[in-house]
Amino acid sequence: MIALTDQPINKEEVIAAVQSDGAGAVNVFIGTVRNNTQKKPVVRLEFEAYESMAVKKMQELADMASERWPVLKVAIVHRTGVLPIGEAAVVIAVSTPHRKASFEACEFIIDTLKEIVPIWKKEIFEDGEVWVAAHP
Amino acid sequence: MQLKIRLFGITKDIIGQTWTSVDIPEQAKVQDLLQNLKNTYPGLTKLHSVLVAVNDEYAKPDVTLNPNDEIALIPPVSGG
Repeated sequence: MIALTDQPINKEEVIAAVQSDGAGAVNVFIGTVRNNTQKKPVVRLEFEAYESMAVKKMQELADMASERWPVLKVAIVHRTGVLPIGEAAVVIAVSTPHRKASFEACEFIIDTLKEIVPIWKKEIFEDGEVWVAAHP
Repeated sequence: MQLKIRLFGITKDIIGQTWTSVDIPEQAKVQDLLQNLKNTYPGLTKLHSVLVAVNDEYAKPDVTLNPNDEIALIPPVSGG
């Protein structure tokens, strides 16, 4: 399951997508909307994606993880649109025969997602807004 | 040739629309397009980075562009 959605992410569905009888571990990462950035209160986030390329790059992440670790199944779902505090922005699930690989593969996927997948986050404050990471 | 460029994130705010169109010589490369856009929209030069995607793939500066390519500006990504 590799997807973008403008609806709340169904975490159970993402986890169910990586169920495998050969799995001894399912590792799940949930990236959530924090209520502050560098101690400044955040009201909400807005996510925008270049959808066709983002899905392609998310699939590449799943493929890369499967080459490096003995991954059984991978699911990556990223949210777009307006997200209130506490909502899940991304849910990643990885199943592997043993737990260590599931942690490592999951961490690799979220770290690399943040570097290469064309999705952009805007932080909305009480008094303004900023595209994250845009300026040095 | 006329190229249509998709804009996202802060590049959309800097240029003020979701698409822009650039008139550029035939055989222009990614680096020529970026230079053209930075000249027209100096705000782009203040960004941490601006990459170009061609047909859903990051394109190196020396890639030659065609009018039917799907081209997008990719400012620093911040998903997750």
